[in-house]
Amino acid sequence: MAKPAVLTHPESLKRPAGPSEYAKNPVNASLSKADKIALYTKMARIRHFEQRCIRIYQQGKIGGFLHLYVGQEAVAAGTISLLGKHDHIITGYRDHGHGLMVGMGMNECMAELTGRVTGCSQGKGGSMHYFAPDKNYWGGHGIVGGQAPLGTGLAYAVKYMGLKGSCLVYMGDGAVNQGAVHEAYNLASLWDLPVIFVVENNGYSMGTSQERSTAHPGCLAKRAEGYNMAWDVINGHDVYEVRAKTAIALKRAHEESKPTVLEIFTYRYFGHSMADPDKTYRDKEEIKEYREKKDPVLAFEQELLGEKVLTPELSQKINEAAMAEADKAAIFADESPDPTVADITKHIYWEEDNRGPKTTSRGTIIFE
Amino acid sequence: MAVISYREALRAAMREELKRDDKVVIMGEEVAQFNGAYKVTEGLLKEFGPKRIVDTPISEAGFIGLGIGASMLGIRPVMELMFWSFSYVAFDQIVNNAGNIRYMSGGLINCPIVIRGPANGGTNVGATHSHTPEAILASHPGIKVVCPATPYDAKGLMKAAIRDNDPVYVMENTILYNDKGEVPDEDYIVPLGVADVKRVGTDLTIVAHGRAVITSLKAAEILEKEHGVSVEVVDLRSIRPLDEETILASVRKTHRALLVEENKPFCGVDAQVAYLIQSKAFDELDAPIHRVSSIDAPQIYCKRMEDLQMPNVERVVAEALKVLA
Ligand SMILES: Cc1ncc(C[n+]2csc(CCOP(=O)(O)OP(=O)(O)O)c2C)c(N)n1
Ligand SMILES: [Mg+2]
Repeated sequence: MAKPAVLTHPESLKRPAGPSEYAKNPVNASLSKADKIALYTKMARIRHFEQRCIRIYQQGKIGGFLHLYVGQEAVAAGTISLLGKHDHIITGYRDHGHGLMVGMGMNECMAELTGRVTGCSQGKGGSMHYFAPDKNYWGGHGIVGGQAPLGTGLAYAVKYMGLKGSCLVYMGDGAVNQGAVHEAYNLASLWDLPVIFVVENNGYSMGTSQERSTAHPGCLAKRAEGYNMAWDVINGHDVYEVRAKTAIALKRAHEESKPTVLEIFTYRYFGHSMADPDKTYRDKEEIKEYREKKDPVLAFEQELLGEKVLTPELSQKINEAAMAEADKAAIFADESPDPTVADITKHIYWEEDNRGPKTTSRGTIIFE
Repeated sequence: MAVISYREALRAAMREELKRDDKVVIMGEEVAQFNGAYKVTEGLLKEFGPKRIVDTPISEAGFIGLGIGASMLGIRPVMELMFWSFSYVAFDQIVNNAGNIRYMSGGLINCPIVIRGPANGGTNVGATHSHTPEAILASHPGIKVVCPATPYDAKGLMKAAIRDNDPVYVMENTILYNDKGEVPDEDYIVPLGVADVKRVGTDLTIVAHGRAVITSLKAAEILEKEHGVSVEVVDLRSIRPLDEETILASVRKTHRALLVEENKPFCGVDAQVAYLIQSKAFDELDAPIHRVSSIDAPQIYCKRMEDLQMPNVERVVAEALKVLA
């Protein structure tokens, strides 16, 4: 089987963020100054969008669950920044960062959180269920691991149609223990599907540390060997490294139609969701240490300042613009209307929304 | 009698049964060190230790199936599903294995497992997390399903479920967890299959289960105060076994029935109850049976609309007046 091209042991990852050793990697070296600034801008936008979400949640305007991506931005940013026309993505419920990265607007994202009809899913899906199929983003899935077979299916469809593409399937370190994930791994490898399973290992599944949830041969990605799949591990705070190593998996998908498991070490700063007081299962010091030494947005800012791509003034402008954009999105969400009662029974069946000669079924389908 | 919450009542039931029977084991995601996603199992790890209170990975098919297997050998697992919505990834274990093993072995094997957790909408979390699968599961012979609405019933039904020798699925409600009520200090059970008349009345019978009971009781107050109607509220408590006699006795008295449940209407629990009433008390009815259930769609996320999608006091009052017209 194909050995991973670059192999880092998790132990060696415990080094602080510094100038990235992947800056000179071709996928990064080939980025123009404008590309780099755009990438940084996207990361900053994810950060500020979510920080705005916290306030809206605290004001009681978002109910239910709100799973924040703060701390993990470089994962979505690095991987998605490499994707082309026939590359698709799908993820779990921690899905805002991926949404903004594929180009969803802050307005539609914010309005979805507050359940407005102007939301990306018209107020029907909520925080855990963002979708933007026009941007190759297939959700936003609330059931842990449920997206893994779906993403494998997207990859199957890409291959079936003879397209040079892939599907990136994101999941957490807890999700790797769902049966559906293992079945998807096997199918992906058995059928040579162009899928990349991205395990966003933030160390915890709710209040359970990764060590308490998972038996593994050294790291989670290595489970791929049991399915004869290639794998790699990545420092998730370094967007350059994420890009460099994901590019290899992407090439494998595009050129050999083979799957890969990537385990990306990352960290979430807030509780599992806003409902988690986050007081019992980890040390505040641990959060502080990651924030100080490995914050992905700050690390990339430092990197770009060092490269003289970014100036402090420009960075400030970018961050202020992102904050202003998030503020405007919050107002947009506030001022948007709710769906109506009639909307509740729309979008259940294609048939109901497309009455006409193409309808092939009869009879009552929505009941009172 | 102590006044405790629905959550505390469930915990007390588990605590007492853990003490009574050393075969009782509590298992589920975050039940031990995190004290439960909804804190139902809070303190149990400290009191009973990690052999009895076990955290699992996010592997519902695996750990629920494991619990079923262990129960076949005489362990009495009480498995927590963080949400009953997640039972869908363990459907084969829950339905095919737990529900059929006794039958297919010609009675040689028992499956004394309890699976419990919240099964409700109304919390603004969207369609994947808002399922109420009591009707789906109770439609399988071999499975028992209960839906407590009050702290008293939550404790009594949970204890009965743990002592029961068949698979019993206890469907709780996150919105009820903080509700308080009187619970006796001494040991008691609420037998499965015994409904409870939560309010006595003469003009209309409302049959409900789970949180719909609470909604119906509020509606009954309004119907009494504002419309001068005397409403009897029958709380099923148990879906299967079903207390047919209590339902029929109430209908024979009031001659009118309104059925209220949080499920979507198609093949809901109340479809079965309506059939029961018309088949065994048809001549007693002075009006057609009406139902209030959730609007027939996947659960909408928008909180304002979700509140309208589900049975609420206004809808129950309006429908009751139609039955009485
Ligand atoms: C099948 C299923 N079981 C349980 C849950 C509840 N739940 C949601 S997220 C989560 C933890 C997942 O952790 P991980 O996979 O590490 O992802 P992270 O939240 O860290 O991004 C749990 C237990 C669920 N949504 N679906
Ligand atoms: Mg995690």
